[in-house]
Amino acid sequence: MSAALDTGSAGPLLEVEHLTMRFGGLVAIDNVSFDAADREITAIIGPNGAGKTTVFNCLTGFYKPTEGRLALDRGGRPYLLERMEGHDIAHHAGVARTFQNVRLFGNMSVLENLLVAQHNTLMRASGYSVLGLFGVPSYRKAEREAIDLARFWLDRVNLTARADEPASSLPYGDQRRLEIARSMCTRPCLMCLDEPAAGLNPRESADLNRLITDIRDEHGIGILLIEHDMSVVMQISDHIIVLDYGRKISDGTPEQVRNDPAVIRAYLGEEEDEELPPEVAADVAADAAKSGPAGGEGA
Amino acid sequence: MAVLAAEPGAAARGVDWRHVLKESALAAFIALMLTITMVGLRTLDSGGSLIIETRFPEVAVAVLLVFLGRFGLVLTREGMPLPVLIGGVVVAAAGLFLPLPATVLRVMTVAGGIILALRAGWVLWRHSAVTADREARDLAMDRVGASVQRVTRYVAPLAIAFAVALPFIPGLNDRSSIDIATLVLMYVMLGWGLNIIVGLAGLLDLGYVAFYAVGAYSYALLATTFGWSFWLCLPLAGVFAASAGLILGFPVLRLRGDYFAIVTLGFGEIIRVILLNWYDFTNGPDGISSIPRPSFFGLATFTRRPGEGDTAFHDLFGLDYSTVHRVIFLYYLILALALIVNFFSLRVRKLPIGRSWEALREDDIACQALGINRRNIKLAAFTFSAMFGGIAGSFFATRQGFISPESFTFIESAVILAIVVLGGLGSQAGVVLAALLLIGMPEVLRELEQYRMLAFGGAMVLIMLWRPRGLLAHRDPTVTLHGGGRGAKAGEAVAAAGAPAQ
Repeated sequence: MSAALDTGSAGPLLEVEHLTMRFGGLVAIDNVSFDAADREITAIIGPNGAGKTTVFNCLTGFYKPTEGRLALDRGGRPYLLERMEGHDIAHHAGVARTFQNVRLFGNMSVLENLLVAQHNTLMRASGYSVLGLFGVPSYRKAEREAIDLARFWLDRVNLTARADEPASSLPYGDQRRLEIARSMCTRPCLMCLDEPAAGLNPRESADLNRLITDIRDEHGIGILLIEHDMSVVMQISDHIIVLDYGRKISDGTPEQVRNDPAVIRAYLGEEEDEELPPEVAADVAADAAKSGPAGGEGA
Repeated sequence: MAVLAAEPGAAARGVDWRHVLKESALAAFIALMLTITMVGLRTLDSGGSLIIETRFPEVAVAVLLVFLGRFGLVLTREGMPLPVLIGGVVVAAAGLFLPLPATVLRVMTVAGGIILALRAGWVLWRHSAVTADREARDLAMDRVGASVQRVTRYVAPLAIAFAVALPFIPGLNDRSSIDIATLVLMYVMLGWGLNIIVGLAGLLDLGYVAFYAVGAYSYALLATTFGWSFWLCLPLAGVFAASAGLILGFPVLRLRGDYFAIVTLGFGEIIRVILLNWYDFTNGPDGISSIPRPSFFGLATFTRRPGEGDTAFHDLFGLDYSTVHRVIFLYYLILALALIVNFFSLRVRKLPIGRSWEALREDDIACQALGINRRNIKLAAFTFSAMFGGIAGSFFATRQGFISPESFTFIESAVILAIVVLGGLGSQAGVVLAALLLIGMPEVLRELEQYRMLAFGGAMVLIMLWRPRGLLAHRDPTVTLHGGGRGAKAGEAVAAAGAPAQ
């Protein structure tokens, strides 16, 4: 199935060119360019404050980039994200995102969260509320379809049994998965996941990896992923971009990035000014040794 | 302490007397500071000169009462409810016979003693301190809210039937009862209208009275200037108020939270000041008088002797003339209008626009990320809310027959908001309950006029302490996957779920 669809897309899904974001004198992102492809997981990694979330905020319209071009190709139709309003980016261009600190509609039920995500479809079906007010059959049908889509995603993230409970009553891991399900209900072509594994235990984290790779394989969308957990990144990414102090310092497959001296320098510091106490240095070395084989499996 | 409180039988074991006395003394000291000027000194006008009369015995008694009251409360908490129960009864009885300097103090002594005794008795009976667990209480209140919500489904039709039958129930069908009922319904309608923007969309609108004023003046001016009928002006007033909402909506779109509240507060005042100062147009502080009364759907009038070509209502139905007919008609009119607003609100909650309003209240950043155009839905909330306010305003104008800017002060906005907040944001039944409490009670208990605002403030403080989300704040989902029996049919639902979508 995926082979048949492959012929459809020619260029990359997203082309980021010379993206720069300044806040006053602070340069949060400095001339970053990269591509993200359909059916691929592109991870953006980097130390804290490297500008990863800022890239997401530029892509999804929460910030207007100071400079640069963000070109998205949705099934042959081009969009320039830097010129669009935030809600249009999600609605028309089909860029969905999740947030570092989960942002659910806490007092609304799980199912309602997924229906809000289909707002634009339902709004049109309800004749911008006029027809819906009188409960015309076409709106009822659209709502049933929306509930079916919501149920499909609830089954995927294993939350069907809790569909009628308030979203805030779910455990943290479930909330994370619900947020992903909610973004998928907008039928996006590019999904931006901002640290989806933060705060999850190893088992939940493994489930999440499977969910993300399944979404990539079954729905043929591109996924941008910010993640700190290197085991996640190395296992599931097809392509990694490394940012440091707002600049791109490396770009390539997990294998290439792991062996890139610039990346090692950014994460572990220069060897000259490294004056770690011996026991800490030993720890670091042990960590590096541990993450090596773990990453190897995935790649 | 919690353990002690749980078994009051274990009385004096470990009561920290120094702490108890210190806490009671502190309360008494605060009472002293408050009463010494407010109660202790009183200016008297005697023969043209102003003299100060001192009333220190009253102060002493008040401070003593506060001391004893606090002492009793703390002792109850510390696990000695039995002595407190006896003490409360003794104080209440003593209050009846002791020579006290003022009647108010006597009432306070007796009431305080009884309340203390009741509380201690409750603790004895339940074997636990009532205030023990705030969270458990909150949960219990939420369960109450949920069950009220369930009950509402059956009570609402009964309540509507009662409201419809009210003018024919003997004993309640006199003019003043129907007037009070009309007033309550007006506030119910305003509360439901405001609930759309405050309760659903979560935007704190402190200037709702502005739309009420726009509606009232629209009708009054159109009717007195052009002689247009009420039935034509009613929708027009709604349209004008909705336009006012739209105009206000644009500048405040980018604001939220406190800033939004301040701008709407300002807008409410601007409208009032314009009405006050644009003398040529609005007749300024003199207001607009002799606003025409509504006709019976344009078919008949409510006058004893109708003019040329008009039919009188009592002739139309072959009744004897009575002034109550118009009052009853107005009552039914506002009932119908309020029910329309209610129908709209209940209906719209289940529509995508209503859900997006609630989503906006929960998290507006997430709304944008889901492709919801926040500007449009905020404007829609504003416009609908304003429209209903305007319609209620034109009803107000036709009922009163006279309007002036005096009727549209900030306190009106505050009362409507208090109804919505007290009832529980977003709760339709809560608005009715709160309107009955805030509007109906003071009207019924007219004699308590001077304590009305005091009681009002006190009630609000208590509600905010015990039930910060409002009396009936409980939200039922607008749509369910498993129907009422949540979770019960979960397995079945999982099995039934096919593979739609992509």
